[in-house]
Amino acid sequence: MIGFLARRLLSALPVLFVVSLVSFIIIAIVPGDVTAEIAGSDSTEAQRMEIRERLGLDRPMVEQAVRWYGRLLQGDLGDSYLLNMSVTDAVLERLPVTLSLAAIALVLAVVLGVLLGIVAAIRHDSWLDQGSMSLALFGLSVPDFWFALILISVFSVGLGWLPTGGYVPASESFLGWARSMTLPALALAITQMGVVARMTRSAMLDVMSQDYIRTARAKGLRRHSIIFKHALRNALVPIVTVIGVMTGVLLGGAVVIESVFSLPGVGRLIIGAIQRRDYPIIQGGLLITAATFVFVNILVDLAYGWLDPRVRDGR
Amino acid sequence: MAVEIDSETLSLRREIARARRRGWMLFLRRLGAHRSFRVGFALFSLIVLLAVFADLIAPYDPNKNDYRSLLAAPSMQHWFGTDGFGRDILSRVIHGTRVSLGIGISVVVMTGVFGVFLGMLAGYVRWLDNALMRIMDGLMAFPGVLLAIALAAALGPSALNAVIALTITFTPRTARVVRSSVLVIRELPYVEAAMAVGAGHARIIFRYILANALSPLIVQLTFVFAVSILAEAILSFLGVGPPPPAPSLGNIIAEGRNYLQDASWIAFFPGMAIAAAVLGLNLMGDGLRDITDPRLSAKRDAG
Repeated sequence: MIGFLARRLLSALPVLFVVSLVSFIIIAIVPGDVTAEIAGSDSTEAQRMEIRERLGLDRPMVEQAVRWYGRLLQGDLGDSYLLNMSVTDAVLERLPVTLSLAAIALVLAVVLGVLLGIVAAIRHDSWLDQGSMSLALFGLSVPDFWFALILISVFSVGLGWLPTGGYVPASESFLGWARSMTLPALALAITQMGVVARMTRSAMLDVMSQDYIRTARAKGLRRHSIIFKHALRNALVPIVTVIGVMTGVLLGGAVVIESVFSLPGVGRLIIGAIQRRDYPIIQGGLLITAATFVFVNILVDLAYGWLDPRVRDGR
Repeated sequence: MAVEIDSETLSLRREIARARRRGWMLFLRRLGAHRSFRVGFALFSLIVLLAVFADLIAPYDPNKNDYRSLLAAPSMQHWFGTDGFGRDILSRVIHGTRVSLGIGISVVVMTGVFGVFLGMLAGYVRWLDNALMRIMDGLMAFPGVLLAIALAAALGPSALNAVIALTITFTPRTARVVRSSVLVIRELPYVEAAMAVGAGHARIIFRYILANALSPLIVQLTFVFAVSILAEAILSFLGVGPPPPAPSLGNIIAEGRNYLQDASWIAFFPGMAIAAAVLGLNLMGDGLRDITDPRLSAKRDAG
């Protein structure tokens, strides 16, 4: 297991290198004079010069890259132009909101998706099967940010059950927090719910036709014990393998959903930074989110290696 | 170098051509019989027709303000209602599908070209494989559409930049699909046979490898098409896509966001149009996948 962990960590290094390089390049591809974008069109040449110097943009590209990596290795991602704080602090402060949103959505997607998938599989070719799969396909096809707006107009504007947006920290009021996270998590979960439902259905259909299920039936086991104890356990293996990928999609999707619901997460921070041309925040937000994703993937792989010894003993 | 072709070779060639045609007919007939492919094809064709003939079909000028009917609810005059400037939502949605599909197809073509090039390179040239795939892994480490959002924001809002940003985001996965087909195909006996009879690299790559890597690629590109329509809407919604006033499905939704209380139809209809296009593509992709490679069914859903 230690060897597996070491291998996995080592293989993350080149990925992190590419991630950091891309994050560095983001500022370089901004067309025209970045400082004019930052300082505004009515800025004087002296103001721009000062910004250029402060950011080290007057130096050659290679030197800028060396500096970027020098600071990066010390965990320093520079300072926000506008927030008056370091990028690392700004991003890390908001990361928990994004992570909890993605985590709730992940749980919702897996639970709802697996349920839909089971229903579809055990009532194969019935109207329940078609209904569940239509729902799954609908989830896969709607834009999640649009679905978020529809949820708002039904449950917040129409029925007035839940807030249209805003965030209540769990430390202040757990109920308030749960209310503020319900719609965002639902909106975010819908696509992945469709993915999970379809996978569960085809895995269940696969498993249900196998010999050991017939044996279990022949033994006279109860139907629900066959489905949940024998079949589902094996059908869930492919789901575990895609949890890593799903987390990535959810983290990325959270960026948009946060800005729809005005949740103070990394996503809204990045989108706000895009509108106000706060490039270090864009750069740092991108880097930290991607690094988080890489880290989550390692955790998922470890969990998978723990579940399935064939994985950790290597290819 | 003129080669004498005897009648036996000639008839053999004709036989091969006929078999190939039969193969195609069979493939098309199977697609036609696949229920979800048919539904998807019909749905998607409808959207394509709307986009192509937008000027003829749209009942109003999509950018014409009409201050006598601001925020009008759906009615006989305005099937999808009007927005805060009195612009006809139906006309804007119809013109918006043009932007969405235009960007979508451009991303598909560019992703196809770069994905095939990089995937072939990695699969065929052994010493490049590792380096190229590590770069692809690095690009795939940015979650979801975050990389596209950042790239589009840095490059500036325009349709071209949206295409560039989405192509960079979706090429790695396509390159992976191509690479893994190439790795399998290059070991097959008929490729070895082609090498043995002295076929050149270009011939082996295009005629023998690419031709057989095509079906997983097409399935993947259908999927890329669907995802880029969704992603373009996100970019436009966030204001880093093609800029207003030209309607795109994403920016109509962004405008509608401010009127959820009084005029929810503004956001509703363009979202339905996106869902219809994406649903059509997903159904077509399902059908293509089922027919070209049933074993892939469970895997592609992993996204």
